[in-house]
Amino acid sequence: MAEIKHDELIVQHEHGHDDHHDDHHGDKYQSSWLTHYIFSMDHKMIARQFLITGMFWAVIGALMSLVFRLQLGYPEESLAWLKPVLGKWITVDAATGMGTLDPQFYYALVTMHGTILVFFVLTAGLSGTFSNLLIPLQLGARDMASPMLNMFSYWFFFLAGAIMFASLFVNTGPFSGGWTAYPPLSALPQASSGSGAGMTLWILSLVFFVVSVLLGGINYITTVLNLRTKGMSMWRMPLTIWAFFVTAILGLLSFPVLVSAMLLLTLDRSLGTSFFLSEIFIGGEALDYVGGSPVLYQHLFWFLGHPEVYIIILPAMGIVSEVLSVHSRKPIFGYKAMVFSILAIGVLSFIVWAHHMFMSGVNPFISNIFVIFTLIIAVPSAVKVFNWIATLYGGNIRFNAASLFSIGFVSMFISGGLTGIFLGNSAIDIQMHDTYFVVAHFHIVMGVAAFFGMFAGIYHWFPKMFGRFMNETMGKIHFWGTMIGAYAVFWPMHYIGMAGFPRRYYSFASFDFTSQFVGMNKFITVAAIIVFALQVLFIINFIYSIYKGKKMTTKNPWGATTLEWTTPINPGHGNWPGAIPAVHRWAYDYGKDGKEFITQVTPLEEGESDGGH
Amino acid sequence: MTALVIILTLILVAIIVVQIGKLTELAAVIRGEEEARMASNNMNAKALVVFMVLFLAGCIYTGIYYSDQFLGYGPHESASELGGKIDTMFNVTLFFTGIVFVITQILLFWYSYKYREQKGRKALYMPHDNKLEIVWTVIPAVVMTFLVVYGLDTWNTLMADVSPDEVLGEDYMEIEAVGHQFAWTIRYPGDDNILGERDYRLISGTNPLGQNWEDEENLDDFHPNEIVLPVGKKVRVRITAKDVLHNFYLPHFRVKMDAIPGLPTYFVFTPTTTTEEYRKRLSEYPEYQQPADPTEPDGPQRWETFEYELACAELCGKGHFSMRRIVRIVSQDEYEAWKAEQQSFYSMNVEGTPEDPSYSEVTDATDVENTDTEETEEASEEETTTTEEANQ
Repeated sequence: MAEIKHDELIVQHEHGHDDHHDDHHGDKYQSSWLTHYIFSMDHKMIARQFLITGMFWAVIGALMSLVFRLQLGYPEESLAWLKPVLGKWITVDAATGMGTLDPQFYYALVTMHGTILVFFVLTAGLSGTFSNLLIPLQLGARDMASPMLNMFSYWFFFLAGAIMFASLFVNTGPFSGGWTAYPPLSALPQASSGSGAGMTLWILSLVFFVVSVLLGGINYITTVLNLRTKGMSMWRMPLTIWAFFVTAILGLLSFPVLVSAMLLLTLDRSLGTSFFLSEIFIGGEALDYVGGSPVLYQHLFWFLGHPEVYIIILPAMGIVSEVLSVHSRKPIFGYKAMVFSILAIGVLSFIVWAHHMFMSGVNPFISNIFVIFTLIIAVPSAVKVFNWIATLYGGNIRFNAASLFSIGFVSMFISGGLTGIFLGNSAIDIQMHDTYFVVAHFHIVMGVAAFFGMFAGIYHWFPKMFGRFMNETMGKIHFWGTMIGAYAVFWPMHYIGMAGFPRRYYSFASFDFTSQFVGMNKFITVAAIIVFALQVLFIINFIYSIYKGKKMTTKNPWGATTLEWTTPINPGHGNWPGAIPAVHRWAYDYGKDGKEFITQVTPLEEGESDGGH
Repeated sequence: MTALVIILTLILVAIIVVQIGKLTELAAVIRGEEEARMASNNMNAKALVVFMVLFLAGCIYTGIYYSDQFLGYGPHESASELGGKIDTMFNVTLFFTGIVFVITQILLFWYSYKYREQKGRKALYMPHDNKLEIVWTVIPAVVMTFLVVYGLDTWNTLMADVSPDEVLGEDYMEIEAVGHQFAWTIRYPGDDNILGERDYRLISGTNPLGQNWEDEENLDDFHPNEIVLPVGKKVRVRITAKDVLHNFYLPHFRVKMDAIPGLPTYFVFTPTTTTEEYRKRLSEYPEYQQPADPTEPDGPQRWETFEYELACAELCGKGHFSMRRIVRIVSQDEYEAWKAEQQSFYSMNVEGTPEDPSYSEVTDATDVENTDTEETEEASEEETTTTEEANQ
C-alpha cells in the first residue's frame, strides 16, 4: 500500500470558526454501548449501520437470484435439497424424489430480488452509507444538520427491512407481482396469492422505507447547503458531495409520489375504490371496479422509478470520480462539466419516466416526447464517460481494489449505457420491451455498475471507517473475478433478448422461439454462482479486515486532497478534535505546480489561482 | 446434490484464497512493501489490457456465434411488413453504439495501462480543456438527434392506427385478443367483419368474453384456438384483458402491446410471410436442421415443426410463462377455407339455451324455475374452475 510521506497537516493559517468545545467531545454522545453502536447519532456510525445492513440484504437478494438461476439453468435438476429452507415452495415428487420450485415462489423470488436490490441495497446501502459518511467529513461539518433525524432515518430503514423480511414467511407467500407491483395483479389476492398479506407487508415496508429516504435526504440537503466549512463554496465541493446532494433532491421529490401510489393502491385493495382497477372479471365473478386506470399507477410508479435509477447511479458516479482522480494522481477532468452533467441528469430524470411505458397502452404520440428527453440524457452521460477516460490520460495510476473497481465501473457504464440508446428509442423498444435485453441493460448499467461504485467506495474509505485497510490481494481477486463474472452473466442475455425471449419466465421450454438457449442458461447460472462466491470472499475480507486488517498509520494514506483525510485516524463524534479546518481551494489539486497533491486546507500562494476554473 | 458439491468446493476455494491473501501480505512485508506494490501495479495494468483484448474478442466471437439472433439477420427476419423497419433501426443503432463501445473501451483500458504508476513520472496537470469538451458534447448530440428523428419517424409509422378512409373488411380486418390467467381467447368477427359488443359483467362460464347476445353482430363471432391470418392483409388486433395486465406479443412480427382490463389497446400489422415460407427459410440454417424432439432423432426437424407464436410479455401471475397460442399465416384461399369451417360461438354454445335472448320468446317463458336451476348449475361450474385454478 502506498505510504505517501505526508507532513502532519500543513500549518493552518486560518481556522474555520470554532464551534467546538472540548466538553462536547466524547462522553456526551457516546456514553454507553447502546448509544454508541445502536442508537448512535454519529453520522459515521450510522453510515456503518447502513453499510452492514445493506450487505445483509445484498446477500439475501443474491441468494434469491441463485435459486431462480438454478431453476432457469438446470430446470431438470432436483431442488429437493432446498426443501429444508424453502419448505412448501419446493414440491417433491414422491415417486422420483424430484424437487421442483413452485412457480408462485419463483415469481416471489424475482420480485423480492428486485425490491431488495433496488431499494435496500443500492439506495439505502449505497447512498445511505456514503452520503452519511462523506457529507460531513468532506464538507468540514461536525455531523449532519440533524443527527437525531439521521438516526431515525436508519431505524426507519431497519423497520422497513424487518417488515419485508417478515413478509418472506407469510403463509400465502411474499409478494410476487414484480418489483414494479403493477395492479391489477398487485391489487387482487384472487390473481396471485402473493398479492394478499405479502403485498400488504410489502406496501407497509416501502412506506417506512420512503420515510427513511426523506429523513435522510432532507438532512443531506440541509447539511450541504448550511454546514460547509469556511471557504468551502459549492464550486469547491468534491464531486461525491455534488452527487449525493443531487441524489437527495431527486429522492425528496420523487419518493413521496411512490407513497401516493401505494396509498391509492391500498384504498383499491381494501376500501373498494377504483383508482387503478376497471372492468375486471376474476375468480368467476365480475368485480365492481369501474373507471380506474392501471396505466395511472404506472405513471405514478415510474415518476419515482426513473429518478430512482439515478438515485442509484449518481452516488456511484460521484464515488468513481473521486476515486479515479485520487488514484490517477490527476484532477478530475472537466470538474464543471461533471457538475453540470450531474445536474442535467438530475433534471432530465424527472421527464423521461414514460419510456418504461411505451408498450403500456399510453397514446403513441406521447411517447415521442419521452423518446426525445430519454435520448438527450445520453449526452451528459457520454460527457461523464469521456471525462473519466480523460482523467486517466496522462495520470500516474495506482492500481488497487478501489481504482480497479472504478475502472470497471466505467467499462460497465459504457456497456450498459449504450444499450439504453436502443431501448430509449420507442420503435426498437417494441421488440425489446420486457425481454432479456432489458434485463441485460439495467443489470449492467445500474446493477453491476452501481455495485462497482459501491465497492470502489468501500475499498477507498474503509480506512476512514474502520482505521484499517482491507486486504489488497483478496480485493484484487474480488475485482477480477467479479469483472469477468459479471460480464459472463449479463452479456449473453443480450443475445437471448434479441431472440425475443421475454423476462420473468419460469421456464424456457414452453415456447419454440425460446427453447434454444439451454446451454447458455446453464453457463449464466454457473457464472452467477461463481460471482456470488466472490462476493462471499469480499464479505470475509470485510469482516477479517475490521479486526485484523493492516492498521492505518498515517492520516492520509492515499495522498488525497479532501477534508476527511485531515481528521484523526479514528475520529470521534465531532470529527475534528480541534477547530474545523478552513478550505482554500478546490478538491482536485493533484500534480499542480510540480507538487503531487495539495490538500484543500492549504492556502493559495500569492498569485496562484484556484484550479479547475 | 451436484449443486451442493459445487457450493462446498467454492467455499473451500474461498478459504484458500483468504490464505493466499494473508500470505501475500506477509510476503510483501518481507520483500519490501514498495517493491511488491509496484510489481502488483504493473501486473494489474497488464491484466487490464489482456482483459480488454479478451473482452472485445469475446464480444466479436459471441456476436458472430449468435449472429442468427440479431434482428433482421439469418432466420431472425421479421415476418411483418413494417417489422423490418425495427430491425434496420436496431442495426443502425448497433452500428453507432458499436463504434462508441469499441473506442471508449479501448481508450479506457489502454490509458489505464499506459499511464500506470511509474517511478519518477509526474502526472499531467490537466483540469479541463474546453475545446475537447465541446467536441465530445456536440458529437453525441448530433448522433442522438439523428437517432431520435429516425426513431420517431419509424415509431409513428409503426404505431399509426388505420386511417378513417380505410374500410373494415376490405382494406383491413379486425380481430380481438383477450388475455386472462393464463391463456388468450381469440375472437374473429365472422362474415360481417364486425366484432360485436361486449360487457365484462356478462362474462360467465358459458360466455367467456361477455358478449352481448342482443347484439346481432356478436352472433357470427367465433373463438378459434389459434390465430390464422391471410398473408398480405392488414390486421388490426384489438387487445384487452379480463383480469390483470397481459401483453400481446408476437415476436416474429415485432408486435407487442399491453392488454389492459377496462382500457382496450390495439396494434396494426400486416403479415408478409406465410408459415410455410418461413419454415422454408429456416430449413437453410443448421440450428433448425436438428430434430425437434431430441429423444426422437429421426423425427421431424425443428424447421418442420416451426410455428409462429403468441406469448405474454407482461407479468400476470404464476402461469405467465405458459400463455402460448399458435399463429398461422396462410394464403388468402386457405384462410377462406379455414374460416368457412369455423362455427360461431353463439351457434355452438348459446343458441337454444337459456342464455339466448330469443330463448324465452320461443319457449314463451315456460318454466322460470328451470332457468334458475340452470343458473345454479352454472355457478357451481364456475366455482369448480376457480378452485382448479387455485390448485394449479
